[in-house]
Amino acid sequence: MEVVQIQRRLVDYTKSLFMEGFLDGQFLQLQQLQDESNPDFVVEVVSLFFDDSEKLLNELTIALDQPNVDFKKVDGHVHQLKGSSSSIGAQRVKNACIAFRSFCEGQNIEGCLACLQQVKQEYYLVKNKLETLFRLEQQIVASGGSIPMIEMGF
Amino acid sequence: MGGGCGGDSSEDVAVVELGDEPHVLAVDDNLIDRKLVEKLLKNSSCKVTTAENAPRALDYLGLGNDTLEGTVSKVNLIITDYCMPGMTGYELLKKIKESSVLKEVPVVIMSSENIPTRISECLEEGAKMFMLKPLKQSDVKQLKWHLMECRN
Repeated sequence: MEVVQIQRRLVDYTKSLFMEGFLDGQFLQLQQLQDESNPDFVVEVVSLFFDDSEKLLNELTIALDQPNVDFKKVDGHVHQLKGSSSSIGAQRVKNACIAFRSFCEGQNIEGCLACLQQVKQEYYLVKNKLETLFRLEQQIVASGGSIPMIEMGF
Repeated sequence: MGGGCGGDSSEDVAVVELGDEPHVLAVDDNLIDRKLVEKLLKNSSCKVTTAENAPRALDYLGLGNDTLEGTVSKVNLIITDYCMPGMTGYELLKKIKESSVLKEVPVVIMSSENIPTRISECLEEGAKMFMLKPLKQSDVKQLKWHLMECRN
């Protein structure tokens, strides 16, 4: 496939991620921070997000599986995940975390379990999308092309 | 976003000479946020040191229990998250303002939560600014301008 075609695909794919709410303007902030001194900044930060999130999701699963659930602890983990997802622009994960926190506040175990499933689902979806996006970028770079900057009307 | 440039700046710690890179200490327990704030500040020509919690920050500033003689570093600005386990950003702010050596160093508080009482509490305690997370480049540019302005 020609570079121009992959570039076109990347632009369209990225736009769809914004349209579908997977990503918000904060992701663009990350992209704008990337420069020659740190050309892998976005991939690095997002990779940190993946590692951190998976740890947190594990901790949450364990914490909610206890006979006496420590809701403060659960809330603490969700707060972290909400923060990181917000910082990288993973909007749907962030929103799922917001809902999760209100169930923690209400000490509602059923609600929390449902939210955990929701957060996991959103996390794996966005992870998949971002990995696809990075793969497209890699293909462009490998073919000698440059990554097109997405202009959004925010 | 709250603002407020308080009081008189002594010439001791907070002065940034034109042409010098300001040295910022960024405190946040979230790894992703640390990386982000570091890049934002570096892109605004700041030298950055990060700390993952308030006790480590205090150590670095020379106010900690484990500070070694001769390792105190000068910083021009401290930017800290509010919500941190153990010691919060607010408690860190108080400790800095209680210190005769460091009380003139501007402190900026960041939070993901927009709680007016939290904001006024921090400003009353002497925080120069309160910023809402996630931080953007425009926030850091404003912060730097504010820091340079306050110096005068």
